Amino acid sequence: MKLSINGQVSEVDVEDDTPLLWVLREQLGLTGTKYGCGIAMCGACTVHIDGVAQRSCVLPISAVSETQKITTIEGLGVQQFHPVQDAWAEIDVAQCGFCQPGMIMAVSSLLAQDPNPTDEQIQSEITNICRCGTYPRVLEGVKLAAQRMASNQKAGGSNEQV
Amino acid sequence: MNKSETNAHSEGAINLTRRGFLKGSGAAAGAFVFGFSVPFSQSALAQSNSPEVNAWVVVQPDETVLIRIARQEMGQGSLTGLAQLVAEELECDWDKVDFDLVKPGQNRERDNAWGSQFTAGSTAIRGSHEYLRQGGASARMMLTEAAALQWQVSASECRVSEGVITHEPSGRTTTYGAVAKAANDIEPPKTESIILKDPKNWRIAGKDKARLDTLDKLDGSLVYGVDFSMPGMLVAVPKACPVHGGKLKSFDAEKVKNMPGVKQVVRVDDETVAVVADTFWRAQKALKALPIEWDEGDNAKVSSESIAKKLREGLTADTSFVGNQAGDAKDALANAEQVIEADYSYPYQNHAQMETLAATVRWRKNGCEMWGPTQVPGAALAALAEAAELPQDVCEIHTMRIGGSFGRRAATDYIRQATLIAKQIPDTPIKLMWTREEDMLQGRFHPVTQCRLRAAMDDEGNVQALHMRISGQSIMAYAMPQAMGDNGDPVAYQGLDPEGDMALGYSFPNLLVDHAMHNPHIRPGFWRGVNLNQNALYLESFIDELAHAAGQDPLAFRRKLMANHPKHLAVLEAAAKGIGWDTKPPEGIYRGIAQVKGFGSYVAAAAEVSVTDGEVKMHRIVAATDPGHVINPQQVEAQVAGSFVYGLSPLLYSEATVKDGRIEQQNFNTYRVMTLKDMPKVEVITMPSGGFWGGVGEPTIAVAAPAVLNAIFAATGKRIRNIPLKNTDLTVS
Ligand code: FES
Ligand code: FES
Repeated sequence: MKLSINGQVSEVDVEDDTPLLWVLREQLGLTGTKYGCGIAMCGACTVHIDGVAQRSCVLPISAVSETQKITTIEGLGVQQFHPVQDAWAEIDVAQCGFCQPGMIMAVSSLLAQDPNPTDEQIQSEITNICRCGTYPRVLEGVKLAAQRMASNQKAGGSNEQV
Repeated sequence: MNKSETNAHSEGAINLTRRGFLKGSGAAAGAFVFGFSVPFSQSALAQSNSPEVNAWVVVQPDETVLIRIARQEMGQGSLTGLAQLVAEELECDWDKVDFDLVKPGQNRERDNAWGSQFTAGSTAIRGSHEYLRQGGASARMMLTEAAALQWQVSASECRVSEGVITHEPSGRTTTYGAVAKAANDIEPPKTESIILKDPKNWRIAGKDKARLDTLDKLDGSLVYGVDFSMPGMLVAVPKACPVHGGKLKSFDAEKVKNMPGVKQVVRVDDETVAVVADTFWRAQKALKALPIEWDEGDNAKVSSESIAKKLREGLTADTSFVGNQAGDAKDALANAEQVIEADYSYPYQNHAQMETLAATVRWRKNGCEMWGPTQVPGAALAALAEAAELPQDVCEIHTMRIGGSFGRRAATDYIRQATLIAKQIPDTPIKLMWTREEDMLQGRFHPVTQCRLRAAMDDEGNVQALHMRISGQSIMAYAMPQAMGDNGDPVAYQGLDPEGDMALGYSFPNLLVDHAMHNPHIRPGFWRGVNLNQNALYLESFIDELAHAAGQDPLAFRRKLMANHPKHLAVLEAAAKGIGWDTKPPEGIYRGIAQVKGFGSYVAAAAEVSVTDGEVKMHRIVAATDPGHVINPQQVEAQVAGSFVYGLSPLLYSEATVKDGRIEQQNFNTYRVMTLKDMPKVEVITMPSGGFWGGVGEPTIAVAAPAVLNAIFAATGKRIRNIPLKNTDLTVS
């Protein structure tokens, strides 16, 4: 079975029902994507599929095709940090950090769809669980990243990643 | 922006330049470690109470300063705070500081050179600040002495700043990196000759500093215990009897042994079976398919209702466990004209840390090693050695940063399991990984309690007597029975003690705080905030009840009771001022306050909520905290906000209930926790008054829930005495 992950095609040989999460973690060694619940409740396993955030723990590998572009946290800001990662570093969002790859993937997807979300939109879209309680800084981080991305755009830069 | 060129954006921002700088330096050859060869231990014999060593600081020729961190980092930020304390006295360049984690075997080998590695009870900083600062100062003195020796001058003529040593009369300079090797031969100063800086003059400590341990959390490169792997490793997924105390009767390995990837099915101990496979996914799948028979025993009859019934009996039972006493409360209550009485309860809670339990163990005939996280490295090493049936000096634990813990890894059950499995498969690294379901079922639960409060109050609203009867489970009786005392469980009275780190902030002429112990089979543990959480909820809600019964303002009412407790009162006043207690709240907004002292810190909260058609919304909480000293204000703020999430989840949603002897909630769909949408705005007032060292990771949890409950009462006239709110007729928006 072939998968397109972080711009590379990888071949894996696993049972059909293996969730993408475990293919990433255990077949491809991409452990930045985390397991938190396995039932699509926590968001720790969030990746992008064709740019859209998805919870990979409930996505059987048989449902993913080679034409779909999968991006994991390892592929988000390869040459340079994604603006969301920059914002996260700048205001020290992470505590234990375990939920943050998923959080960052969810936020970067949200900002790709909606560059200027309201507080309410952020609150309803970002449903990832953080037991350390980084929520206030997550909210602040989303807005900071949105600002940065807007001014990059103005300056003619691009936010295209990978 | 290029990753390696990114600059600090603002004060408190991560300095990526620093990381770029460190990348090239590595902990490689030519580094000099202070303390490794110093004969501190001899002088230590003469002064047994002093810190014996200075093993904290490594200076590399390229000026990188590695600070060794002995306490465990699980998100609380103490790693950075501890490094700030060492760096402050060391007078090094903060931008060149990096860290290194101390292993418990290393510590043991060197006679406990780094002191306790235990990390719970908000102890990381307050339990080690003095010897850490001395460690930094001692290294500074040795480095300065080394430079002075080279110049043939007196060290007293030399000054240090940011890792540069200057001989003032001649203006000559050198750097720490240049003299590190020579300093290694310098006799360390005697502890009594070390003069620590007055915190007033701190430049690194007490200031907003970006965490040292951030960047690898943002790109997925940090390897947690669950991510660890090594060649030839297998993965074991365990299942223990869902009824605590029950036994594993039998399992049918034949049924799963041909499933993909399965290597072995092993009996781990009396109550646990595990499937060992090449991957987690395959192991857990086989485990689900494995027919298992349990001998659940009598505990299978226990339910939340049966536990509650027992605890209710405890509310009136005779007990000899007294936590705090003044005058004769019972007599005063018996003769009082007006007695106000209320019963409260607080359910079991699971830690539900995001990283499920995991540890990799390799057992060999001649030694046993573990790679994984723990909050108690010393006890973990002992547990590893015991399960391995090997002496501790051939065992080692490679500690790792933790994906949240909140007390869960103060227990070593998973380490024992991993070792018992590895021992059956010698020479093969075994990564034990728990499913979320197992993590929920086999938690070390925040204990269940009820509380009856009875107060005698006169016509003017003066409280003449208070009896607070706590009925419920003891953590210590299970987790540390050797610590049980005349008062039963010494931590049962957190926040209600007569004095000390957990001192009650009110004076009553007659007071009785006692504990009727009932220990259900559900295994309890230390859960962030421990017993302070419910004790504060009980008392602070009840004080509010008394204030309303007396027809007085809750703040004014408390002031009268707090005259002898100025520090408690100061944080309460600050929180009240922050929320604007004296001003009228916006339309539809109601307020509540609460205060407590815990883990050495004075804390208070003031909340604003609205309740619309039975729907509760928390808008804003102002927290005030006086931890004595603050090492990193921006991290204190993060801890306070985070602690609110921890404390408010049980208020809104979370509870672990028991049916047929087992915990019912097995994942986040039923054990619901707060998410971003529930988060009120949090404002943090830090007001360190000096002279003591309190914790910051835990105390504020306890005041969030009662402040909100008191605000809900103000809004609705409804007193919620049993949480979570989801079980009441209120809903949460
Ligand atoms: S692990 Fe996928 S949502 Fe929790
Ligand atoms: S930072 Fe620890 S769970 Fe989110």
